[in-house]
Amino acid sequence: MFHTEVLEVNMGPQHPATHGVLRVILSLDGETIVGCKPVIGYLHRGVEKLSEHKLYVMIPPLCDRLDYVGSASQNLGYIQAVEKLCGIEVPDRGQYIRVILAELNRISSHLVWLGTHGLDIGAMTVFFYTFREREMILDLFEAFCGARLTTNMFRFGGTLEDLPPGWIEGCRRFIDLLPSRIREYEGLLSQNRIWLERTKGVGVISAEEAVNWGLTGPCLRGSGVNFDVRKAMPYAAYERFQFDVPLGVNCDTYDRYLVRMEEMRQSARIIRQALDTLPGGEFRGKVPKKIKPPVAEVYHVIEGPRGEQGFYIKSDGTEKPYRVRFKSPSFVNLQALPVMSKGHLIADAVAIIGTLDIVLGDVDR
Amino acid sequence: MGQPSVAASGAAAPPKPEDPQRKAIPSVPLDALKEKFPEAIEEIAFFAGEVTARIKLARLVEIACFLKDNSRTKMDLLSDLSAVDYPKEPSRFEINYHVYSIPHRHRLRLKIRVAEGESVQTVSGVWATANWHEREAYDLFGITFAGHPDLTRILLPDDWKGHPLRKEYPLEGFPEQHPRYR
Repeated sequence: MFHTEVLEVNMGPQHPATHGVLRVILSLDGETIVGCKPVIGYLHRGVEKLSEHKLYVMIPPLCDRLDYVGSASQNLGYIQAVEKLCGIEVPDRGQYIRVILAELNRISSHLVWLGTHGLDIGAMTVFFYTFREREMILDLFEAFCGARLTTNMFRFGGTLEDLPPGWIEGCRRFIDLLPSRIREYEGLLSQNRIWLERTKGVGVISAEEAVNWGLTGPCLRGSGVNFDVRKAMPYAAYERFQFDVPLGVNCDTYDRYLVRMEEMRQSARIIRQALDTLPGGEFRGKVPKKIKPPVAEVYHVIEGPRGEQGFYIKSDGTEKPYRVRFKSPSFVNLQALPVMSKGHLIADAVAIIGTLDIVLGDVDR
Repeated sequence: MGQPSVAASGAAAPPKPEDPQRKAIPSVPLDALKEKFPEAIEEIAFFAGEVTARIKLARLVEIACFLKDNSRTKMDLLSDLSAVDYPKEPSRFEINYHVYSIPHRHRLRLKIRVAEGESVQTVSGVWATANWHEREAYDLFGITFAGHPDLTRILLPDDWKGHPLRKEYPLEGFPEQHPRYR
């Protein structure tokens, strides 16, 4: 007699479509996924433990290395958490520069996502285009602080430096160029029949499920839930800027693609407003030489490119934190992979990992 | 290096009454909690606009369900679940549940204390996202969660010994465990 068996296949940890070192154990019935178990931890560096042994000022560079694609957001979140703990004020100009840099970083992160997501699904051309524009953002970062990827651009009370001469013009040139470039990507993908076949109806997760699994960021908004930390609990100077929060309808990979494309436009819109109304004055406020917070705890969240990034700091009144906890959106979003990939084909698992937009450095910490 | 700092104690020093950062602020979820479970709240704290309620360990799941389902609170998103280790105190672990309501836009930090060897009821039935967070707390602190569907190590290898985020665990690990890397 013939019988069929469920076959277990390891995808990763060295599979190119897993964006780093992620291992997924797939249970397959033919080519259909019946079970899926992500195995993580290959990049675990014990940053939370390490942080307990460092001074408050020594931790921001470590944060950059968690989510290296969205390093500015990581850096900003930690710095703001400590500022909240110590009651440090930030001058307006510092807040505006923070917003500009964080939004540039969001665009560059989304560009990396778009390029690699396209590459995974088989649309190779987009990768070269998006990395061309990302290069321009990295050049702006380099002009600002000298580093391109792990930038460490923010300081307690403000930013590392004031904007260098000519930087604002360079940023404007990029912002003016970006919409036409986004149209170019959309021209390649939005009506592309292969792209539609590979993304429509793939990785559907209902709004209720998405909230239950704790998804945040574009993954949650792709399911039509209106939650953006920049609107819900504005930090830095976000309450002063006009922008829309794009929402998906069909809860699938295609809608998450549309949401991220629109988010890039909205980020450009925020940057333009911030450049137009950039206040003068100091870029960094007065900060005590020694960062020594009172005995207290804070939990600060910001909207990173991947979702809600949380920073929990418990201080015991010394110069080192008693406990630092990084809540990473990638870790939480990845957890929904089994739910989203059930019943799909193996090839769709690749699309779903791509649409979750995880950074393994952030997952494993 | 290598020596864990265990000088700190979890009990906060008595706050100065004039400290504006610790002023009580209105909070809908806290009021709802006070009305419904007055006997389960052990401590309430405010800092920098954040509200913390420490609750009895045994009432955790009941309170979590209430906060999630009640129309006034609707805390539908478990933003984070994490632990802190206070080795000198009788109940050494503290677990923080940062819950948030997307429709009402309010936040609350629930806190429980748990002793070593004691287990905590899982909240993964209330918020599915707690599943991995609880595995992480088990992995790095050694806290056990009763009723958890798959309580295994998540970040460290399965055969790892010890729980690194405990304060007595040296920063560079135990020498006998991986001598090659030292």
